[in-house]
Amino acid sequence: MKRLNKIYTILIFLFLYAPMVVLIVASFNTGKDITHFEGFTLRQYGELFRDSKLLPLLMNSLKIALASSLIATVMGTAAAIGIYRMKPKMRAAILTVTNIPMTNPDIVTGVSLSLLFVFLGALFKINGVLSMWTLLIAHITFNLPYVILNVMPKLSQMDPSLEEAAMDLGCTPFQAFYKVTLHEIMPGVISGGIMAFTMSLDDFVISYFVYGPNFVTLPVEIYNYTKKPLQPKIYALFTLLFAVILLLMMLMNLFQARGEKKKQLSRSH
Amino acid sequence: MSRKLIRLHDLVMEFDGERILDNINLYINDHEFLTLLGPSGCGKTTTLRIIGGFLTPTSGDVLFDDKRINDVPAYERQINTVFQRYALFPHLDVYDNIAFGLRVSKLPKAEIDERVNEMLEVVSLKGYENRKISALSGGQQQRVAIARALVNRPKVLLLDEPLGALDLRLRKDMQNELKRIQQAMGITFIYVTHDQEEALAMSDTIVVMDKGRIQQIGRPEDIYNEPKNAFVADFIGESNILDGVMLADCQVKFFGRTFQCVDKGFAKNEPVDVVIRPEDIDIVAPDGGHLSGTVTSVTFKGLNYDIIVDFKGFKWLIQTTDFHPVGAHIGIRLTPEDIHVMPKSEYSGQFGDYSSYSAEYDELTEDAENEE
Repeated sequence: MKRLNKIYTILIFLFLYAPMVVLIVASFNTGKDITHFEGFTLRQYGELFRDSKLLPLLMNSLKIALASSLIATVMGTAAAIGIYRMKPKMRAAILTVTNIPMTNPDIVTGVSLSLLFVFLGALFKINGVLSMWTLLIAHITFNLPYVILNVMPKLSQMDPSLEEAAMDLGCTPFQAFYKVTLHEIMPGVISGGIMAFTMSLDDFVISYFVYGPNFVTLPVEIYNYTKKPLQPKIYALFTLLFAVILLLMMLMNLFQARGEKKKQLSRSH
Repeated sequence: MSRKLIRLHDLVMEFDGERILDNINLYINDHEFLTLLGPSGCGKTTTLRIIGGFLTPTSGDVLFDDKRINDVPAYERQINTVFQRYALFPHLDVYDNIAFGLRVSKLPKAEIDERVNEMLEVVSLKGYENRKISALSGGQQQRVAIARALVNRPKVLLLDEPLGALDLRLRKDMQNELKRIQQAMGITFIYVTHDQEEALAMSDTIVVMDKGRIQQIGRPEDIYNEPKNAFVADFIGESNILDGVMLADCQVKFFGRTFQCVDKGFAKNEPVDVVIRPEDIDIVAPDGGHLSGTVTSVTFKGLNYDIIVDFKGFKWLIQTTDFHPVGAHIGIRLTPEDIHVMPKSEYSGQFGDYSSYSAEYDELTEDAENEE
């Protein structure tokens, strides 16, 4: 039985990661054909970094991911605290509403955002409303629920008398927040921020509907590439992206694990 | 000494239409150790939280030094709190926890250092400055919580069941410790507990509460010896409570007999509750006393035996150092001081009957209380 378990786990991993393995192998292949591995090379990576078009696009993606995740983290944390202070019934209702955008199909979110921007553009007579700003707003919008989802449990785990203790010792409510509450919920804030960053970095569907011609992100441009035969340097780019996301996810898990461990320690006494 | 520091005037608190506090009137003297005592849900913690500034009363006034402080936020009150589960800041070490309040009020570093060290000495935690909170025992966390509050030199310290999470031995030690600290620092303590022994041992004044109302205010001896109603008599110590009729001043009739007592001021033939403490009853030969009955149960308690004695179908609890086996026929003698007469109240008939007494049952309810 134990052995069966192991085999099953391996099969699942194979199923999940086989496509990535093929991609990674292809990125190191000297041959043009992905069906034959002819030899190991880093040439694709060299070509990628010499590419004057792809790297600026990557920078665009990173800029949007960083800006949108930072803003969403601040806004989402504030929202989570507001929701947490509500009465339980209201809290449950609001949480359902904030969670809907996560389960909403991306294409619906994308199209509706695009419609909204175009409508507002027409209303305020702005030419070419779709730009870096609409892209940023869209990314903040779909990042918010992930931040709230990560911060909320940390708030409910916190001993509510901690904040009262801070105020008892002379803190104004605002001081009590940044001297005590923020420390307590930090693991949730950080993992929420990282999750928002990765979501933003690899988003294609929503971005596709709200980007403007002057500011394109990497996933959107790659989609345009796939209309032509794929160049092998794209494999190298994908491999790098995968590595970045993997790293961030591992970081996030580490933060969560650390939070758990700290809790267990304080409970064991 | 007896300057009134805090006054609660007609305090009413309602949550969702439910009345938690019902017209609380109370004053607290400077330097006093006052205990709010009552079962869970009696409103004692709510009263404490109103004084601390964490709750605003629905109506009524809170006066501090004769100034109304209803709308003064917690952080501007000269009052500090020791919370039930200590509420120490887990991201700070012992020193930083204690220094927290002083740093918020931006005192010079040298003074902070001096005062924190002084407090560490008071609570015997010297050498623990750099310990993490999670590395401390419950008793040590308790001391840090007390130090963190007292270092700010508040006029009043509020303590919300601070010893509830400690084991019995540690609790006794901390009771003495708290009393010592209170006397040494000359600070007013307002202490909340459901443990009557704790209240009797530590307090200058006890306020017994139930159902959002104050049942009795008094010194521990007065509360114990002169309970005002059946609730207080039963909650503080053990009591046999019987129906009686006041025939005249110092004459009360119960069990068909007239007894001399020391209580006066009741109307002629007024129905009353009669309290007889189990440790006050003298056991004599069956025919030598006022009443005679049969022992139906004996429990060894270490210091004494708890025996249940059946008098004409009504069972009394008697505490005695002499052993009387089950089935023994005994007599009892009551002196006038052993009998305490109380007017009838809404609690009459609910307490003080040991007909369904069981030692095991008693322990179970005690455990349930401790788990809160």
